Amino acid sequence: MMAKNSHNDIDNPPSFVVEMRGIVKRFPGVLANDHVDFRLHRGEIHALLGENGAGKSTLMNVLAGLYRQEVGTVLVNGQLVNFSSPGDAIQAGIGMVHQHFMLVPSQSVTENILLGLDKPRFRMELAKYDSVIAELGERFGLRVDPRAKIWQLSVGEQQRVEIIKMLYRGAEVLIMDEPTAVLAPQEIEVLFNTLHSMIANGKSIIFISHKLQEVMAIADRVTVLQRGKTTAEGLEIENITRRELAHLMVGRDVVFRVDKKPSEPGNVVLDVQNVVAENDKGLTAIQNLSLQVRAGEIFGLAGVAGNGQRELAQVITGLRKVNQGRVLLNNKVISNRSARFSIQRGLAYVPEDRTHVGTSPNLSMTDNVIMKNYRQPPIARGWAIDMTTATTFAKDLKQDYDIAIPNVDTPVRLLSGGNLQRVILAREISGAPTLMVAVQPTRGLDVGAIESVHRLLLSQREAGTAILLISEDLEELLALSDCIAVIYEGQIMGEVMDENIDIIGLMMTGMDLEEIQAGGSAKNV
Amino acid sequence: MDLIIILHAGVASGTVLLFATLGELFAERSGVINLGVEGMMLIGAMSAYSVALYTGNPWLGVVIAMLAAGLISQIHAFIAITLQADQVVSGLAITFLATGISLVLGEGLSKAGAVSLLPNLSIPLLSQIPLLGAIFFTKQSVLVYIGFLLIPLAWYYIYYTRPGMHLRAVGEYPAAADALGINVFRLRYFYVFLGGILAGLSGATISLAISPGWFSELTTSGQGWIAIGLVIFAQWDPLRAAFGAYAFGALRRLIFDIQGPTTLLGLANPFYYNPYWGFILQMMPYAFTIIVLVIGSREALRKRLGAPAAIGVPYIRGERGL
Repeated sequence: MMAKNSHNDIDNPPSFVVEMRGIVKRFPGVLANDHVDFRLHRGEIHALLGENGAGKSTLMNVLAGLYRQEVGTVLVNGQLVNFSSPGDAIQAGIGMVHQHFMLVPSQSVTENILLGLDKPRFRMELAKYDSVIAELGERFGLRVDPRAKIWQLSVGEQQRVEIIKMLYRGAEVLIMDEPTAVLAPQEIEVLFNTLHSMIANGKSIIFISHKLQEVMAIADRVTVLQRGKTTAEGLEIENITRRELAHLMVGRDVVFRVDKKPSEPGNVVLDVQNVVAENDKGLTAIQNLSLQVRAGEIFGLAGVAGNGQRELAQVITGLRKVNQGRVLLNNKVISNRSARFSIQRGLAYVPEDRTHVGTSPNLSMTDNVIMKNYRQPPIARGWAIDMTTATTFAKDLKQDYDIAIPNVDTPVRLLSGGNLQRVILAREISGAPTLMVAVQPTRGLDVGAIESVHRLLLSQREAGTAILLISEDLEELLALSDCIAVIYEGQIMGEVMDENIDIIGLMMTGMDLEEIQAGGSAKNV
Repeated sequence: MDLIIILHAGVASGTVLLFATLGELFAERSGVINLGVEGMMLIGAMSAYSVALYTGNPWLGVVIAMLAAGLISQIHAFIAITLQADQVVSGLAITFLATGISLVLGEGLSKAGAVSLLPNLSIPLLSQIPLLGAIFFTKQSVLVYIGFLLIPLAWYYIYYTRPGMHLRAVGEYPAAADALGINVFRLRYFYVFLGGILAGLSGATISLAISPGWFSELTTSGQGWIAIGLVIFAQWDPLRAAFGAYAFGALRRLIFDIQGPTTLLGLANPFYYNPYWGFILQMMPYAFTIIVLVIGSREALRKRLGAPAAIGVPYIRGERGL
């Protein structure tokens, strides 16, 4: 790679495009950045590695002008800068592509790119700017239709729009915040090619990630953050192993695999039959989808976000109506019945939104854990709730599930993500479910919490619960599932039992299994 | 009962709804619901009438009406945008406050005497067009013609200009607009103000042109609420809003006129002989408003109608999502 050694020229002392020194940023109760240093060379891809909550995004939000540091200095091209808004940062040539895209769904690609600029002055002249933007995209290998509305685009295309938006504003330094989190494996490859072509055009890139293999694959150098502190700064990627990086990131050695006993699937517990359902906008989100989950197996559902996963989980848990087809739980129809109907028949739900769907943030842990069994004795006594029993129940769960909470009367909004997820799992598992639907159960958790959630899911599997695991994290699915299906635009593209990541990746981009097998190897794409 | 007369009068009284509806449409497009339209219209009607009465200049009355209602709207802007309070509650409070102020200050105005009104004009050429000329361009108030001009302007502004694009962005996804250096707060203040100004103009249109005079809260008789319903009915589109406003204006007029004749299509007119039928008819626009508002309050349905996504949601910088 030509860019790799460009900064090692001995005649030219290393020139930093960006230099951040001793950055300190506090949030209420958290020291997000504790004297962090970061230096970016011109023309390199510099990975910023760390676990969730290590302070990577905070540091880059300081650089992008969204936050202001309490202590520390930022230099861009050797000049001291003091950004008070993202606009200032863009002026200085620093653009950030956020993890959550900052695009207006109802507007076209061109409109989104022109948003907030001085030109055009008044009349939009969209036709003229459409071609300017198409040209710019072409130059960097970022193909996207400038007239398309954002909501019509795939996540990968939306990301391209974000990148073009920054290039159009003249960004020299591009900060990519976990850009691969939302992409299918093949789209990741396209993104990596784009990043290389930008380096070839003289741009510099900061690549935020918590995925080791990606960092190893794309970056020239890496800076590692752990709990707000720099544990390694500007290491050459060639001189370090994956294991060493993991150690720098977590502070201890990580086991990359979970122990899993071979599965012994039993009867069909969940039977989804030809279901058709709509999303909130009234468009078809699930098209004629069927799947079966057996007792004692983890059925993994992979797919890029927004392909009907959310709607499917809601249909199964009784939160969304089906237009056609039906859902059976232990041979009883549960679709288009109330949520309580299926809860009483053994359904447990670990929703994606922990803080608002999974729990009621302002209620105590006790109130949250009795939400599903308060109608039955011993917690219910006639129409009254026996708070003494409820408190004992909550205390037992706190003990069993190792929930770090001062006492069970504390509102759960004060809990960390991992503890909150354990509260939800404690409630759901204590109901002795026959089916558990878990959506993104480890998103945003740190490594320790992820391990404990995985262990709980596996122990449920051994207890004979059927588990539908919906996740965008392929590694998680591969580690836990007995069988993986891929959902794309509301349809199942196929089910695979082995761990063939190429085939899963192709299905995630919309090819169905038969097509892939007929077309021979995955390399033909 | 002459259809042309009904439509002619319908266009005139539809102009009242048009101004108020377009104003609310701008505010909602920026993400702020203002339920204070009825109150702001009353402020406008009262101040327009009293200024015209005391100065003898109806145009000055119109300007003061717009400013007064704009001023009231800024109370709502402050509560909803800066203090980030619930917009529904604040808007209702604005209606109560503004209604109260205009009733107190308007006390005695109804018997104060004659006032000089805004002129009626016929447009040369255009009024010669058969049928349409008689309905739209003959002896209409000058404000009606201003309304005609406002419709394409609003439409072009919203969809084809840079500030219009910023307006839509702020109402759809303020965080995205903010990240690109658009001042979300300033824009929202501005469009709430514009909504107030147009509500004031709407009020002035009643008291100085369409049905001149001051009849306390009966001056507007709930048309501010109809305007709010029309914004939803129009799916936040100015052309549909204009259609709705004129249709409702004509309907109002029809309901009024249909109770006049003793026979209808050769039969005894039930609306003449039984006043209760008349009351039911008069209720219809308001019943429609209630139905539309109920529909508009369902989030899922609102999404299907294409409401600005951030409507009613205060923007707080640094929070995820909207």
